[in-house]
Amino acid sequence: MALTIASREVNGVTVLDLSGRITLGEGSVQLRDAIRGLISKGQKNILLNLAEVNYIDSSGLGELVSAFTTAKNQQAEVKLLKLTKKVHDLLQLTKLYTVFDIKDDEAEAIASFS
Amino acid sequence: MSEAKAGRLSLTLKSTMESVDEIEAAAEKLAAESGLDENERFHMAMAAREAAVNAVLHGNEYDPAKLVFASFENTGAALVMTIADQGNGLNPDSVPDPLAPENLLRGSGRGIFLIRSFMDEVHFRQLHPGTELTLVKLLAPAGKNS
Repeated sequence: MALTIASREVNGVTVLDLSGRITLGEGSVQLRDAIRGLISKGQKNILLNLAEVNYIDSSGLGELVSAFTTAKNQQAEVKLLKLTKKVHDLLQLTKLYTVFDIKDDEAEAIASFS
Repeated sequence: MSEAKAGRLSLTLKSTMESVDEIEAAAEKLAAESGLDENERFHMAMAAREAAVNAVLHGNEYDPAKLVFASFENTGAALVMTIADQGNGLNPDSVPDPLAPENLLRGSGRGIFLIRSFMDEVHFRQLHPGTELTLVKLLAPAGKNS
């Protein structure tokens, strides 16, 4: 299933609700374009809701890392919300769990942005 | 193009993303038909996808003149997949450790690590030109699955 991205604003935070697969090609490019588009518009607080993402390949993991570093370089923040078990396991295996700020509760995640 | 001989499926594919999807699907099918649980099926399919991406993207560099060769077999003792390209060759030892602190924020370089994490054995063979990966998932002896 291709990646779909829906955007909404909650208390100054842009929440991107992702659904599908983040893999080499379309999914990774969509995510990159969405993040860069937000940052170029000056959005500093970005929350990626991964509740409906059940598959990320190594390219998709790289794209998440790139989103994190691109945001950081622009004094913006990207956080992750509601990982599925498969994605959670992948982030632990690759030690990326230590890189990202990961939340299970949306309200808590929104409040955590400075 | 596909050929099945005595339970072994062989595919000859173009260097495209569609071929990556086909290899992933074939691995998933082999794992499902062999009775692996959902988690192991996911690992098999993802390892095959990562190997296929390496072959298409890094090996053949999407060159339409170069092909990808894949095979899938249940030997009874193991599930064995081979994925080969016609590229310039890959030295797996040259790939930086993606878990090293200095590499954690790299945007690439996790594919081979994931393949090795998800399979019981991974073998690299240089084909001159190209690289062949053999991915092995050992099957539990009958009655010892639980």
